[in-house]
Amino acid sequence: MSLLPSDITALWLTLQLAAVTTVILMVVGAPLAWWLSRSESRFASVIEATVALPLILPPTVIGFYLLMAFSPDNFLGGSWLALTGQSLAFTFSGLVVGSVIYSLPFVVQPLQSGFQHFDHKLLEAAETMGAGTLDRFLNLIIPLTRRAFATAALLGFAHTMGEFGVVLMIGGNIPGETQVLSIALYDHVEALDYGRAHWLAGGLLAFSFALLILLYGFNRNKGLKS
Amino acid sequence: MGVENKIQLAVEHSLGRDAEFSLRLNVLLPGRGITAIYGPSGCGKTTLLRCMAGLEHAEHCRLTIGDIEIGGLPVTQRQLGYVFQENRLFPHLNVEENLDFAFKRRFSDNGPSKQQVIAWLDIENLLARKPNQLSGGQKQRVAIARALLTAPRCLLLDEPLAGVDSKARHPILRHLEALVDQLNIPMVYVSHNLDEISRLADHLIVMDQGRLIADGPLLEMLSRLDLDLTRQENAAVVLNAEVLNHDDHYSLTQLSLGSSLNSDGAASSVETQLVVGRLAAAPGNTVRVRIPCRDVSIALERPSQSSILNILSGVIVGIERVDGARAIVKADVQGQSVLARITRKSLEHLALETGKHVYLQIKTVALLSETLD
Repeated sequence: MSLLPSDITALWLTLQLAAVTTVILMVVGAPLAWWLSRSESRFASVIEATVALPLILPPTVIGFYLLMAFSPDNFLGGSWLALTGQSLAFTFSGLVVGSVIYSLPFVVQPLQSGFQHFDHKLLEAAETMGAGTLDRFLNLIIPLTRRAFATAALLGFAHTMGEFGVVLMIGGNIPGETQVLSIALYDHVEALDYGRAHWLAGGLLAFSFALLILLYGFNRNKGLKS
Repeated sequence: MGVENKIQLAVEHSLGRDAEFSLRLNVLLPGRGITAIYGPSGCGKTTLLRCMAGLEHAEHCRLTIGDIEIGGLPVTQRQLGYVFQENRLFPHLNVEENLDFAFKRRFSDNGPSKQQVIAWLDIENLLARKPNQLSGGQKQRVAIARALLTAPRCLLLDEPLAGVDSKARHPILRHLEALVDQLNIPMVYVSHNLDEISRLADHLIVMDQGRLIADGPLLEMLSRLDLDLTRQENAAVVLNAEVLNHDDHYSLTQLSLGSSLNSDGAASSVETQLVVGRLAAAPGNTVRVRIPCRDVSIALERPSQSSILNILSGVIVGIERVDGARAIVKADVQGQSVLARITRKSLEHLALETGKHVYLQIKTVALLSETLD
């Protein structure tokens, strides 16, 4: 017994979703985390709380509000429709938007903590040597906080892989478009096909476990070295 | 030295919520050699240096080097080398990579080569090490090398020896001294250590509470009776002296405080000569010596039976009463100044006054540098 073609499609879709989401999260999350690690304004704690909300809220709550926002009558859904001719709800793009919000804290928090431990005096030294902002980011901040970046990317990726509630609300169950692994798993269970459900559930479990072992192993070795 | 080579600096800057501390300063620095900025901690000397580099956003900053105004430029474009009190080496790079970081971003191709800088600071055998495998002194030598490799217009040093243990200071001072001859860029050296300053600096700026107290050539400044410098316990003057000859029998070297031998070949008078332990420098070279005020005593007649070799003859040009018990007497010897700290009792007993001819008995003469031109 092996995976059905529909399961393979769901797996491929899930990997694509996790990859696209992680890339967007790193690009958006890094500057946001940098700002949060440096800012002393009161406004920053509001942003910090907003970023952390997905940790606390039931995914269905996030999904529900996103569904509302995706409606063509609302600003987000309306402008997306005008821009692309497509609706956000029940599409892959909609899933990406949902996943970015849902996994944001898993990327921002490790980065923020990494940046807080970064010695900012080094940046001044680089500045006096003529290194501009991007130069300092690429050659000092990234290499010196690479553990935070690795943690953020792996957690963001793994967390998006396991997403269910948000997807259910905003994506539905369209094979090849919005049917991700966790939804396919749900389908198998609904159909009392526990054999196939085991394949998907076990696969996700093994994958997540392997990813975390990789992550913690990496951090531990680096920790012992330095 | 023309005015066009000088560094013009005017800074206005406030710190703290209600401008608890303010920096207001307008000063002209020489365009070569080492200028020291001296003052008690908290006087704003580091802040001044940070304003020069642009690391501190001063409300007003005019900084002109040569005829280039850089006071309004961002840090990355000022082209100044900066050596921080804490070395700030990049921990993920080894020594050579730290040097390369600077060299790749150098401001001009007229600066020193990597090989030159590595040799000047004697760090050849450290290149493969990571910063955490270096001692404090080694780190600071690498930090100086790194700053030089950017080919800066001017090198700013913020108490580079503060975090270095006293044993490691000497070699760094030696390297810095030698650098002045190798480089044709000016250096600005912030320190609260008079010994370091006496050894290195050519020009001195004294600050207190964010204001300029006085500035001028080092030798002049160290003998100014109106400055706090001369009242300190370890106050000392610095003199330039010419090597006259060596006495191999007693392993001594004779120095002359006068400018040179007279044209008719007659040696300068014994009363303007100093004797120190045998030096390596050949006759004709100029050396810098340091004479602590507390090691100078005054006599009205030349003592004939004394173990003290160094007895100079001079004329009193100033007297300053320091506190209840003590006074500082400034005497001119061949155009250079020697200070003696004596008791007020002696001052009155000998009836010392300006214009009086005296003999200065000097217990210790410390050699500051053998190579000075």
